[in-house]
Amino acid sequence: MIFDLAFIWAGLIAFAVLAYVILDGFDLGVGILFPFMHGEESKDLAMNAVAPVWDGNETWLVLGGGGLFAVFPLAYAVVMPALYVPIIVMLLALVFRGVAFEFRWRTKRGKFLWDISFTFGSIMAAFAQGIALGALVQGITVEGRAYAGGNWDWLTPFSILTGVALVAGYALMGATWLVMKTDGPVRRVARRMAVWTGAATLALVGLVSLITPFLNPSYLDRWFGFPNVLFTVLVPAAILVAAFVFAKGMRENRDAWPFLATLALFVLSFIGLGISFYPYMVPPSLTIRDVAAPDESLWFLLAGALVLVPMILAYTGYAYWVFRGKVDPAGGYH
Amino acid sequence: MFGFDAIELARIQFAFTVSFHIIFPAFSIGLASYLAVLNGLHLWTGKNIYLRLFNYWKTIFAVAFGMGVVSGIVMSYQFGTNWSVFSDKAGPVVGPLMGYEVLSAFFLEAGFLGVMLFGREKVGPRAHFFATLMVAIGTLGSAFWILSVNSWMQTPQGHAINEVGQFVPVDWWAIVFNPSFPYRLVHMVLAAYLTTALVVGAIGGLHLLRDRMDQGARVMFSMAMAMLIVVAPLQIVAGDFHGLNTLEYQPAKIAAMEGHFESHPEGAAPLILFGIPNSETETVDYAVQIPYLSSLILTHDLTSPLPGLKDFPVDERPPVDIVFWSFRVMVALGFAMLGLGLWALVARMRGTMFERKWLHRAAIAMGPTGFVAVLAGWITTEVGRQPWTVYGLLSTNDSVAPVEVAAVASSLVAFIVVYFLLFGAGTFYILRLMNKRLEDRIPLKSIGPIRTAGVTPAPAVDDKFIPAE
Repeated sequence: MIFDLAFIWAGLIAFAVLAYVILDGFDLGVGILFPFMHGEESKDLAMNAVAPVWDGNETWLVLGGGGLFAVFPLAYAVVMPALYVPIIVMLLALVFRGVAFEFRWRTKRGKFLWDISFTFGSIMAAFAQGIALGALVQGITVEGRAYAGGNWDWLTPFSILTGVALVAGYALMGATWLVMKTDGPVRRVARRMAVWTGAATLALVGLVSLITPFLNPSYLDRWFGFPNVLFTVLVPAAILVAAFVFAKGMRENRDAWPFLATLALFVLSFIGLGISFYPYMVPPSLTIRDVAAPDESLWFLLAGALVLVPMILAYTGYAYWVFRGKVDPAGGYH
Repeated sequence: MFGFDAIELARIQFAFTVSFHIIFPAFSIGLASYLAVLNGLHLWTGKNIYLRLFNYWKTIFAVAFGMGVVSGIVMSYQFGTNWSVFSDKAGPVVGPLMGYEVLSAFFLEAGFLGVMLFGREKVGPRAHFFATLMVAIGTLGSAFWILSVNSWMQTPQGHAINEVGQFVPVDWWAIVFNPSFPYRLVHMVLAAYLTTALVVGAIGGLHLLRDRMDQGARVMFSMAMAMLIVVAPLQIVAGDFHGLNTLEYQPAKIAAMEGHFESHPEGAAPLILFGIPNSETETVDYAVQIPYLSSLILTHDLTSPLPGLKDFPVDERPPVDIVFWSFRVMVALGFAMLGLGLWALVARMRGTMFERKWLHRAAIAMGPTGFVAVLAGWITTEVGRQPWTVYGLLSTNDSVAPVEVAAVASSLVAFIVVYFLLFGAGTFYILRLMNKRLEDRIPLKSIGPIRTAGVTPAPAVDDKFIPAE
């Protein structure tokens, strides 16, 4: 059990999903906040603050999905049909916003259409991801090796709440990214948005956290059972610290702090999810071990991942380093 | 919807989304390599024209690549949403290969794309060339892994089947380098290069018709036609070898491609050039045949036996008419490409390549044929694999997800509407970019004529003295 392939992979997939949420989170967030940017220049600048990196960011989603397919094929085979509608909505939304990055520079007359497509796609993708998360937390009906529920099981007040929470959270991340990466009017708008979305995100995360333990007895026990509670209480405590850093950074114009505090908030929420889920992959019935592929598959991909993931992190870091600092309004290749 | 059941709708949805998707990789694999070549040529020769060509095609690449990425993400999730039983069963074999695609190729393309598009001023020409090279290598790596997956599904080996019916990897080397993989990979990469050469040649031809002194158009056209005359013959040879391999491992597919209902145990099978395959009477109506040629092509021998469709149970035969026709479309276009390449070669040797208007018009007409041939080729191989997802082992009917008809139908409609809308717009933008002359693309800074010691007032402006941006 000390060295178990399935659990190593669970950790790696969790890392890929978290990397996705953080990285695509801020560029989706910029899309969500796009309508609040006034004037062509502000819009161009906001978009160029994410344009060089969005593609790499979204690749983590492919790794999350592809990795799940590779190492937990049964989880993939059960979860995807269960979340059919939100997944399809998310994919279509990502198509809409993905093409906007290139299309809106190619037309004058049609530009507003691609602005709408960028915003609408970003909101719907975030909302669908939040709904999918909520539906997974609630649990998925499984019989044998297949999904056994209906088309609309995912649609509940709770999943809508998690959907709204993720939209707010991504918007917060987008706002704090823009505070960090831009100057002038864009930064001013982003600061105002950061305050509003920050308050909304904290409230919504709090609400989701309060409801979650009551969805499933095992969650309740995990969070409030003794002695677990001594450790789990650290999560909300750390969130409060992050909120403090956020406020201090905003007040003192330390432009990187609010973004880093938001990252911490996401990481902590993610840890919170992990606390609820473990050792389940598809609650309430399939554990990590149930859904894992044979060891031969896990080994084969792990050997590559151990070499390639550090390389990916290195050159992704390089790409971010190339585009470090505030965005030059005259930059961009268009 | 219209009397379709969930599996038919899932198949239509997969066929639709994958056909749409393959267009973009077919173009971006070739274009990424072309960009790397242009960037390298600029670095080594110092000639500005290569950088200007690079910047011209870079923009087009960015639009096409964006569409390829988003339609590719759809594909990667569709295995789960519509083909979940396949995902569960084949996941342990197929999944890690796709995982390698993401880890080794997809990240490489996406990670360096930003530097390639936006970063030349920030990183300098050498690092910029490196980034371009990484994008090109990424696209080829993607092709490597995806064709490995596809080939394993066509000619599976190296696996066992466990107690819950999953394919379990036993020998990864055998799985990745399965019997049809080398042929498929070479055939697809050459197809991508041909497709790009045809598009670049068409755009070169277009601008030559407008102004045959256009330097950018000349370089484009010349490079594209040279590529064509090298790659088209290679592709025909590669296709022939691929055919031999398919005969060995997927004889039913070959029989459908050739339209052979009857088997030919003593060889001497005729090549059916055209005709209308009739599955009910199990004959090819109105067939135009060339004696012995099919045997010669497929076995490189006149007397080796050739199986026919009647050797296979009716429920294990692929839909013959689709495969028969798509194969002919692909082959005919392949020879047309060779013809264009030869024409250009003759014109080049006579020194008239930039004057021949009909050659330029022909290049324009052939511009989109690479895409058509790629699609026809994929239809041949994928429809020819039916009724199996994993050849001979897992049927398509047993691979589908337990999803309701309404869900598959409405998502299918949504995909069709969204794809035509968005990718239609994208194609329009790409065509508009291609319609612009190279000179219009990059604003040239006016530096005036260079005077040498004040005695030569002639406009001695050398191309390499003109800054690009």
